[in-house]
Amino acid sequence: MKRDNRIAWINRLLLPLLNILTAFAVTAVLFWLIDVNPMEAAEVLLYGAFGYEEGIGYTIYYATNFIFTGLAVAVAFHAGLFNIGGEGQAYVGGLGAGLAILMLDPTLGAWVFIPASIIGALIFGGLWALIPAYLQAYRGSHIVITTIMFNFLAASFMVYLMVHVLRDTGQMTPQSELFPTNSWMPFVHDVAAGLGYSIEASPLNLSILLALVCAVLVWFFLWQTRWGFAIRATGKNGSAALYAGINPKHIIIVVMCLSGALAGLVSINELVGYQHRLIMDFHLGYGFGGIAVALMGRNHPLGIILAALLFGTLYQGGAELAFEMSNISRDIVVVMQGLVILFCGALDYMYRPWLIRYLAPVPKQEELSGVAV
Amino acid sequence: MSDLFLTILLTFDATLRVSTPLVLAAMAGLFAERSGVVDIGLEGKMLASAFAAASVASVVGSPWAGLGAAIIASCSLAMLHGFASITHRGDQIVSGVAINILVAGLTIILGLAWFQQAGLTPALDNDSRFLSITLPFAEQLAFIPVLGPIYKELISGHTILVYLAFALVPMVWWVVYRTRFGLRLRAVGENPTAVDTAGLSVVKLRYKALIIGGVLCGIAGAYLSTAHNAQFTRDMTAGQGYIALAALIFGKWRPLTVMLACLLFGFLDALAVRLQGVVISGIGEIPVQFIEATPYLLTVILLAGFIGRAIPPKAAGKAYFKER
Repeated sequence: MKRDNRIAWINRLLLPLLNILTAFAVTAVLFWLIDVNPMEAAEVLLYGAFGYEEGIGYTIYYATNFIFTGLAVAVAFHAGLFNIGGEGQAYVGGLGAGLAILMLDPTLGAWVFIPASIIGALIFGGLWALIPAYLQAYRGSHIVITTIMFNFLAASFMVYLMVHVLRDTGQMTPQSELFPTNSWMPFVHDVAAGLGYSIEASPLNLSILLALVCAVLVWFFLWQTRWGFAIRATGKNGSAALYAGINPKHIIIVVMCLSGALAGLVSINELVGYQHRLIMDFHLGYGFGGIAVALMGRNHPLGIILAALLFGTLYQGGAELAFEMSNISRDIVVVMQGLVILFCGALDYMYRPWLIRYLAPVPKQEELSGVAV
Repeated sequence: MSDLFLTILLTFDATLRVSTPLVLAAMAGLFAERSGVVDIGLEGKMLASAFAAASVASVVGSPWAGLGAAIIASCSLAMLHGFASITHRGDQIVSGVAINILVAGLTIILGLAWFQQAGLTPALDNDSRFLSITLPFAEQLAFIPVLGPIYKELISGHTILVYLAFALVPMVWWVVYRTRFGLRLRAVGENPTAVDTAGLSVVKLRYKALIIGGVLCGIAGAYLSTAHNAQFTRDMTAGQGYIALAALIFGKWRPLTVMLACLLFGFLDALAVRLQGVVISGIGEIPVQFIEATPYLLTVILLAGFIGRAIPPKAAGKAYFKER
């Protein structure tokens, strides 16, 4: 194999694989340190995630959220932007979805409600990202800092609205009134029952189809359209893109709105699909989880779906693990997310010099002279 | 003595207490960012050291042992950040985010493994935490109008870490602006190539800055769990690391103004607690969430250049490549 090919293989396959394995290995060491047999834990985890129908339903349900936030982070990454604001955008997206449903006439059909809630989530999530995008593009403030601040602003804003404005007065906890039944995203087990199949009830709903459609659309947009090309060009080399006549300001605005809109869709799965009311903190952890998913999936929709499935597995399996073993809790997933971000993100190239040295060494001078140059 | 005066004094007193971890963490961030390493990981380092301090203090029974453990924990994370972002030139922000998320999960898992409680450490008795110190003559001088109560309520009666934090600010100023190390630190954050050309190691300087930041962040964490509170609780930093980061930006990366920004943000926090459910005549009840959001809002507005300009150290966020 030619050296260039080998380097391509190292970059595309070996390196990501080694990074993920390192994250897993460190987790295994942690398990061993806290007196949990890693193999036993993996067994319980896999059983919890795939051992029975309800478990599988939960796994895919959680994966749906991670697909949305993973795509959101990845779209921004392609333009060279780091959107840490997924958390806030998902939360405010929920407000959009909730308002769209609560303000419409409750007698309307699902064909009005569901598109309306999706559009509401897209618009509100997108708008929450538009402000940091505008400030980055036209006022020069750093997108990372502003999106962090906007996460906290979203939290305060939503708490205020939930406590003072949208609260269902009959409830002790701050939450909105129940969405009308017509507006609920159908559960997969109900749809299956309608088709004559019987599967166990789980929160899994048709939002998973929406997530898969989004993945295909993101792929199409990024790799098959002029805009997608402009976005990727800007991310790869900003000044080259600028000389090619691409306006980086427009790219920032478009990409961030798209990213925020995708993050906002978490609320369709969580609220319209399962909770059926606007609740506090439904989004917690998914925005940050999306960073791990995007990094692990190499910012490609297919990779993101696989990585989201892995994190969905960990989420659901982690719940089983916490149930079975008293000395571990579901937060082990958060640890894994941190490790994945560390090894697949920050320490991405840690093994590279070492791999290059042993697998694709620079040919020695005498060998070079033998080959026709 | 009017009640209003006492209320104001007590609010300022609370301000000092809630500002302390902000001041320490912001000074930690100042060293890191002045050297050209963006430090989003303040939150994670604080949380880890709060957990380490409370764990060790509860087992050993000494707050100083806890403080030591906190500093070790925080410095280890700072070194991890350095290893990823200085040695391997990884993205500094991604590395910081990784640390924050990792620690958020790890403190809960370890709390469960060591103390059988998810994200909690045993409550500390008075021997194993930092207690407030009554300064000399605080009681005797309390009769003096105005100054007496100020001395008694506001200045006296804090833990040693509060005094340490505020004493550190002029020291940080002196180190950054009046020592050779400080000059090099500022230079490496503005123009690492020039520092390299002068024969100094960019990598070493940045690691040094991160170690100092690690120590300061460790003290901030220990303060949270062994002085301000008597226990570690799940996610106890609750975004204070990010507030410190905001204060660092708001104070434009200068020690004294950063301290003032911390005091302002701390005051807003104390005010939010004080105004909870209070109805002010003519205005009505001020929503607490609005006051809580103010630090973030102010930082966004400042960063956008609507009130002055916040210009970060020029090389902050960029890995240094010697060969270029």
